[in-house]
Amino acid sequence: MSSPVRYTPFHPRWHRPRVSVWWWLQRGSYAAFVLRELTSVAVAYFALVTLWLVRAVARGPEAYARALERLGNPVFVFLNGLALLLVLYHSVTWFNLAPRAMVLRLGGKRVPDAVVAGLNYGAWVVLSASVAWILLRG
Amino acid sequence: MARSLTPLLWTLFSAGGTLAALLFPVHLLLTGLAIPLGWVEAPSHPFLLGLIQHPLTRLYLFTFVSLALFHWAHRFRYTLYDGLQIKHLTALIVVVCYGAALVGSVLAAWTLWSL
Repeated sequence: MSSPVRYTPFHPRWHRPRVSVWWWLQRGSYAAFVLRELTSVAVAYFALVTLWLVRAVARGPEAYARALERLGNPVFVFLNGLALLLVLYHSVTWFNLAPRAMVLRLGGKRVPDAVVAGLNYGAWVVLSASVAWILLRG
Repeated sequence: MARSLTPLLWTLFSAGGTLAALLFPVHLLLTGLAIPLGWVEAPSHPFLLGLIQHPLTRLYLFTFVSLALFHWAHRFRYTLYDGLQIKHLTALIVVVCYGAALVGSVLAAWTLWSL
């Protein structure tokens, strides 16, 4: 009645199709994910530019003027423009994820996602205005 | 050891991500484009020097640079793993990414300390 069970002494080899290195180009949502991850490169780039500018200011008025001149050349303008677009993409995706990353409760009720995201956008506006005000006073 | 460090590295990633999301666009727009291209008047040298020598600004700038670099390190590390399918190079990637963030932070601390 029951067929004899046969065992094999070898572990079976699973079939695993090879995934292309370009897997993230196969679907829009994958590409958006990788683009979001790559915004971190723009973040690191600008952190280093800022540090470099601080060093130039510390070295004196001539070094500061030279640094500004260099930042105005087309290569840097292109890089900074690209970095700005990537950083904006980072900001928007980060704020929109914030309600899911951090669930706020008030009086036992979950604060709606739109409110949490809204608070982030509000803080963004206030902080940006403050930075601009502090930096452009002089 | 790498496993016990994971929560700390994730916290740095998250804090850096929040900081970058809130502050990087305005800084990039101003110091990266508006000031060098003359859309707004560039801050004078004495003003900027005074500003960055203030202890609070130094603390701000250190946090700005260091957290941003650790944010990059954490994200870029996983992008390298998954994007290029080089998970077998884990140890090397970890050392290079977090190592670079650490070196950058030390450089920032030293620069800001000796202003």
